[in-house]
Amino acid sequence: MNTSGLFLALGSLLLAAVPASAQNSNTILIRNATVLTVTHGNIEHGSILIRDGKIAGVGADVKAPDGATVIDATGQFVIPGIVDCHSHIAVDGSVNEGGPSVSSMARIPDVLNPVDISIYRDLAGGVTEANVLHGSANSIGGQTVVIKLRWGKPADQLPMEGAMPGIKFALGENPKRSNFDPPPGVPRRYPGTRMGVEETIRQAFTGAREYKKQWDDYSQRKAAGEANLIPPRRNVTLDPLVEVLEGKRYVHAHSYRADEIAMLMRVANEFGFKVRTFQHVLEGYKIADELALSGSGASTFSDWWAYKMEAYDAIPYNAALMTQRGVVVSVNSDDAEEATHLNQEAAKSMKYGGLSPNDALKLVTLNPAIQLGIDTRVGSIDVGKDADLAIYNRDPLSVYAVVQKTLIDGQVYFDRDRDIAQRASLEKEKQDLIDKEKKAAESEKKKPQEQGKKPEPKKKGGKPETSDGQVSAGGAL
Amino acid sequence: MKSRILLATSSSLMTLGATLVFSLVAMAQNAPGVYAIKGAKVYTLAGPPIQNGIVVIRDAKIAVIGANAEIPAGAQVIDASGLEVYPGLFDPVTQIGLDEVSAVGATVDVSELGNYNPDIVAATAVNPASAHIPVTRASGITHVVAAPGASGFDSPGGGVITGQASAFNLAGWTMDEMQIKRSVAMVINWPTMETRSFDFATFSVQEKPFEEAKKDYDKKINEISDWLDRARHYAQVKEKGSPTNYERDLKLEALVPVVEGKLPVIVIAARAREIHSAVDFFAKQSIHMVLADGADAWKVKDLLKDKKIPVILGPTLREPHEEDAAYDREMTQPAELQAAGIPIAFSSFGAGFSRRLSQYAGTAVAYGLPHDEALKAVTINAAQMLGISDQVGTIEPGKLGNLIVTDGDPLEIKTQVRYLFIKGQLTSLENRHHQLYEEYRNRPQLVH
Repeated sequence: MNTSGLFLALGSLLLAAVPASAQNSNTILIRNATVLTVTHGNIEHGSILIRDGKIAGVGADVKAPDGATVIDATGQFVIPGIVDCHSHIAVDGSVNEGGPSVSSMARIPDVLNPVDISIYRDLAGGVTEANVLHGSANSIGGQTVVIKLRWGKPADQLPMEGAMPGIKFALGENPKRSNFDPPPGVPRRYPGTRMGVEETIRQAFTGAREYKKQWDDYSQRKAAGEANLIPPRRNVTLDPLVEVLEGKRYVHAHSYRADEIAMLMRVANEFGFKVRTFQHVLEGYKIADELALSGSGASTFSDWWAYKMEAYDAIPYNAALMTQRGVVVSVNSDDAEEATHLNQEAAKSMKYGGLSPNDALKLVTLNPAIQLGIDTRVGSIDVGKDADLAIYNRDPLSVYAVVQKTLIDGQVYFDRDRDIAQRASLEKEKQDLIDKEKKAAESEKKKPQEQGKKPEPKKKGGKPETSDGQVSAGGAL
Repeated sequence: MKSRILLATSSSLMTLGATLVFSLVAMAQNAPGVYAIKGAKVYTLAGPPIQNGIVVIRDAKIAVIGANAEIPAGAQVIDASGLEVYPGLFDPVTQIGLDEVSAVGATVDVSELGNYNPDIVAATAVNPASAHIPVTRASGITHVVAAPGASGFDSPGGGVITGQASAFNLAGWTMDEMQIKRSVAMVINWPTMETRSFDFATFSVQEKPFEEAKKDYDKKINEISDWLDRARHYAQVKEKGSPTNYERDLKLEALVPVVEGKLPVIVIAARAREIHSAVDFFAKQSIHMVLADGADAWKVKDLLKDKKIPVILGPTLREPHEEDAAYDREMTQPAELQAAGIPIAFSSFGAGFSRRLSQYAGTAVAYGLPHDEALKAVTINAAQMLGISDQVGTIEPGKLGNLIVTDGDPLEIKTQVRYLFIKGQLTSLENRHHQLYEEYRNRPQLVH
């Protein structure tokens, strides 16, 4: 009998069956909270009016119109929903197409899994948007997507409408595969050095530039009315890179050491594109001025270090120092669990480097929104923006703060009270199912057995796999 | 105010393709002396907090505490008005000093080969010049236990009897100076019944039938039992026989204090089934165990309470291992166990994340653990579990002068440690991370 697989499937279904319970009213007032707007200060005893999923009013004097649903948030704190600029949740299977060194054809948006329990757990941590990235196994990785954590909705409703698509790049130890050996009999893969990583990227963009030229020529001649033209052969590996050259796709570059960050800035300049964000960027503090000048964002960890050689100079002051030098900085998770307390991780920049509370809060709200080009929609509590909000029982920069509700598009997708209230009945339902399964197994035993039937393998196997395809207990690095 | 003295010792270069520069500030302690901390609110954790208290430290130890204690002539006085004093924090299962850079094997001495290594001792391999030591103490942790083979990032498997854990202070020139107790516990990685395992050779998940997994599991349990029986026999022979009548066996000799009840056993187990099996096993053996990890401890809390098993909890900030568990399962567990009367302690089970210790405790408070219990769970509780509470864990006369002076609640994220004492010495808070920060903060602005 293999009941554990059943539990997993059921757990997802049970939770999926009770999401959202979309508000009947499309007008909601969150009243009497401390509102941390991020852009225009904190409002004591403030209220937020939500209409049709958008913020329609913010202030101390905002009143509930007739028929509005009122959420009483007396004594509570409301912040813009947390934006996680580096996530691997909601991906069905591995996040790494680990074979080729250039895997720009691989598409994360095509493998979204809307019943990944991490969506719900991160939602319970106040996260409303996540930049879901391909892993870091390849110098040029796969295509990425920004999602809203609309738990309970089908996969095609997860991507954030209008958000710029992205592509993952990776520098350093992961693409050169320093930290693990290939299986026996499999040769090591090129590149094996940081020189080779640069070369791989330069080769790819040299090809992309040629390919783009072919298409541009073709389009020009076609526009000029030339007949009997044969279009260039489509190349799905180069298409996304052409989009990068045309500014239609953001580059999110996994990076650690200062030298490799400088390298990619150089290559990007050479080919005329921008690196939208350097991810991890643990030595960003060493070249903060260069980063600020380039206009690239920096999305880093709070205090991870020493898990590999290129993380040995990682310091918890990184976010604060880069911020103070004018870089747009975010603090990300790269890990489903870490994402559940990004408010705490942001708060560490007050301790390490002395950021103000508002600047600390920006690290997980407005700044990642800017980095993802979605700051006109989310990242602060301003009229006209999406009503994506997290409500805490106290100052969210305190270790003692607990998320009470998370809203996306003005709908309550997570409600702590509701979650707790459902636990007993879910537990009973689970127990009933186990008992039923046991009974069935017992009566099955009495019948002659069908031999050689293998149990269905679980969805996710064994140890968690990191974004670079390594196996670890510590999450994706 | 007393200024801190910094003894910079550029040390230990090692080469492995890359050059690792270990801590530049491993030691950084003042000469021993007499100190008086005055004006602070003192949380002794041995009684109610003392407002405007005075703590006198002399000869490595706490000498006097009280609102009206006399400040000895010649003492270095630290005016801590508006600040708070707490016992130094204690991380009771770590790999500090054993794991410098996890992915670089040459810098890692966590897991020995083989399943049964009772005679290896963590203290042997703890690098006193590790950069982790000053980085960790800057967050208020004054002493830790390094545990060999404790399951961690870089030690899949890790054996069964993995060796002796060592308790030591996070300051000193050598391990001899640093150690609180060289052998503080025997670590046993309780076997797990796994039908699925990850095979590194083929880089894939392998499955085996339950019966086979059970057989492997039972075999290992029998082996542990056998080791302990042989250790008992060895102890008898050693006691009764003359030295010529027996051959020395270092492994069995190392297990003698365990079977004689003189050395605590840290049993690492996560799932309810394994915890249950371990508790039954050690009850039959009449050996007292401390449970470590305990992800499922809440499921067997009646058993743990009944058998008086304390728990060193695995990192609180981790995902529930069951997909259908409550999302806050790990965060509410400390409160649930404490309410059931089970002694708990927080721990990082790592090196780089040791400085998250107070964050683990603070998060547990957010989910229902009383604040004073959380403070005990990062100070005295684990000291009691491991038999070193006569030396550390509270601020009481005669205990080691391991304490911290903070600008607020040590469990709160933004709180800064202002002064730190280890073995009665004012100890530098400088560390590799702060040094790098200062170095690059002062990089001249780029001119264009």
